[in-house]
Amino acid sequence: MSEYPFPGAQLHFGVFFQGVNHWTIWSHPDSGSQIDFASFRRVAQTAERGLFDAFFLGEGLRLRESGGKIHDLDIAGRPDAITQLSALAAVTDRIGLVATQNTTYNEPADLARRLSGLDLLSGGRAGWNVVTTDNAWTGENFRRGGYLDHADRYVRAGLFVEAARAIWDGWAHDWPAADGSTWARPGAVTPVRVQNAQFDVEIIPTLPRSPQGHPVLFQAGDSPAGRDFGASYAEVIFSAHGADFDDALAFANDLRARLVAAGRPADDLRILPGTEIVIADTEEEAEEKQRWIRLQQVTPATALAIASQVWGFDLSDRDADGPLPSEDPVEVEETGEMGSRRWTDRRAIAARWREVAEAEKLSLRETVIRLGPQRGHAGTPSGLADKFAHWVRSGAIDGFNVSPYLIPDGLDDIVDRLVPELQDRGVYRTEYTGTTLREHLGLRPPLTRR
Amino acid sequence: MTVLHLAVELDGDGAHPAAWRRAQHGPSELLTARRTERVARRAENAGFTLATFDDAITPPGAGPLGRIGAVERAAFVAPLTTSIGLAPVVATTYTEPFHVASQLASLDHASLGRAGWVVAAGTEPHRAWGRPPVTGDGLAREARDAVTVARDLFDSWGDDAAIRDVTTGRYLDRAQLHYIDFVGETYSVKGPAIVPRPPQGHVVVIAPHGLIPDPDVALVTTPQRVPDAPLTFLELEVALDTDVPAEERLAALDAHTPWPRTGRPRHVGSAESLVERLRGLAGTVDGVRLHPLVLDEDLPVLSARVLPALFESRTATRPRAGASLRTTLGLPRPANRFEVAS
Repeated sequence: MSEYPFPGAQLHFGVFFQGVNHWTIWSHPDSGSQIDFASFRRVAQTAERGLFDAFFLGEGLRLRESGGKIHDLDIAGRPDAITQLSALAAVTDRIGLVATQNTTYNEPADLARRLSGLDLLSGGRAGWNVVTTDNAWTGENFRRGGYLDHADRYVRAGLFVEAARAIWDGWAHDWPAADGSTWARPGAVTPVRVQNAQFDVEIIPTLPRSPQGHPVLFQAGDSPAGRDFGASYAEVIFSAHGADFDDALAFANDLRARLVAAGRPADDLRILPGTEIVIADTEEEAEEKQRWIRLQQVTPATALAIASQVWGFDLSDRDADGPLPSEDPVEVEETGEMGSRRWTDRRAIAARWREVAEAEKLSLRETVIRLGPQRGHAGTPSGLADKFAHWVRSGAIDGFNVSPYLIPDGLDDIVDRLVPELQDRGVYRTEYTGTTLREHLGLRPPLTRR
Repeated sequence: MTVLHLAVELDGDGAHPAAWRRAQHGPSELLTARRTERVARRAENAGFTLATFDDAITPPGAGPLGRIGAVERAAFVAPLTTSIGLAPVVATTYTEPFHVASQLASLDHASLGRAGWVVAAGTEPHRAWGRPPVTGDGLAREARDAVTVARDLFDSWGDDAAIRDVTTGRYLDRAQLHYIDFVGETYSVKGPAIVPRPPQGHVVVIAPHGLIPDPDVALVTTPQRVPDAPLTFLELEVALDTDVPAEERLAALDAHTPWPRTGRPRHVGSAESLVERLRGLAGTVDGVRLHPLVLDEDLPVLSARVLPALFESRTATRPRAGASLRTTLGLPRPANRFEVAS
């Protein structure tokens, strides 16, 4: 195995406390509160015990709907990310704290300052997962409404990040006054003036840089424009390419090529696909456990809701354990009400579902599970450790952002059983060697500070 | 006997713009976790009911140029404290009410029901937000609307909206989730919130008297109860005798930068004279918010000589660990306006 391109590569783990999704099982007796601070503290502290790089919170700025009504089947209702992470900073020491924050419905002076506050309070452990929105449906919760054209969402995001960096760079590193005659050295703070198609602002930065320079920038966009944005601005990619080795490697190679094209070193970012990890004593037990988990995640009601999205009309009165609908899908207008779950060609998807259901004699619910996202890894601790060591040394991934299927205990197996196996194989740290998120990830200084 | 509630403002190094010169740490230490934690713990240990954290998107006019956001500071100390209320100043003129409501509801969850909100208006420059300026009557309009939207959003989730009904596969009860459909003069908000209802129902809304129609706590500068709020707190700037007489301490700081007159009454003198003054205020107002001259110098005097005397005479009481801020203040938990209506 000496021909690995990255023989010394290390795996980096993050944990994604999802909060809004159907992948976290809420029906199990061990499923804890999704809003109590104790649940978040427990997951963050377990991850820190497992020497994870980061604790990650998502965000969606409108409660999801299906068929024009509040979607009531999934977990929903989660805390504001920066507020919650500021509280978690007080009860953790080393783990990175990553907040998903939107560039469409925020302003740079405010968001850059909030992220700086988190970064200082945590001693340099903040991260920002940069996301965009353009739909008017989300805009109904905000002063400006749905003002942004779809084509401009990454334009604004790029200009937003540049404004945030200027704010973060607004304080000289030697800002304290040497003689104590003033609070800061005169001239140590540079006002930021931004004037372009998206912003016309004058900002006096209120905070110095943390020990890591800037918060680490995460990004998850997968479209060509999203990937280019990532190659230009991001330091970690939270990808959807973590289930299949060839797919993960192709994605990583594509990102590395885009990085180089953007004038950055090929190792200038980390790729952490989102995943679910299921652990058991034998491969058979792990597969069985994963099947059980899928049935908990894709309840009959959820299966019908997903099918309703494909067919474009309400199927909630059908039998999930019966056949697929005999009708053809109808075209409906996309509002973005179920977040990123877009269905572009409904007829083709329905045709594929029918083909598989007939060939494998599957019910509607079984079809939804069979053709749903292949998002997880199931196996024994040693089998998974061998697999992940192979993946990371091959350059297919730099680690995973793990979504526990159960809150707050879903990470325990990974920390207690998988991490030691990874450590035995030399692909996982045995102690934190740095104090900042940037150091954990082995990243260079921020792009504007080199 | 009426209890006097004791609040303290903890921003920066103290109320005086030159307070940083007397701080027990250098300027860079102000912007750290350690300092943020220490001052909050001192206020809690002293027995204060409520800590407030001043804020704006631009630095204070004089003194320190750096300030961590008030919501972030309050959230950070939430798991490190158990009894003191935590009320960040959050502006309303250009901020997004939807975000503000999410942040404050989250602070209430993280603090197990100890969150408040000091409502501010007209404290931030429109150029920082890239918005047209709002002045005059517009300031009160934006403040009123922001508070209305936040309270509506707090009520947009019933207390038991997460029903976890395994039989039907429903995590949420739609009947307990409400579109707020707020339509104001300058914007509208659809709802519902993305954060479940705060433990207190609503965070405690604290506002300068006259800014909004119906605060939970009105802040006044003359010792007289006002009719439009359940509780009235008197703002009081304090400079106390330490080893050095208060007058001298104040004069030394004023020699660097004069302490601007804000319209708040000011108490300059001994701990004993402050105790007498506060005893006299009990019954006239429901509480005071103290603005100490220098946190590192005046907070220890408050802690050692003022609050113990007030507890001794039962003028004030120490909040109970685990109690919500509403419970401590004797404020009822608000009914949900959407569920009352239906």
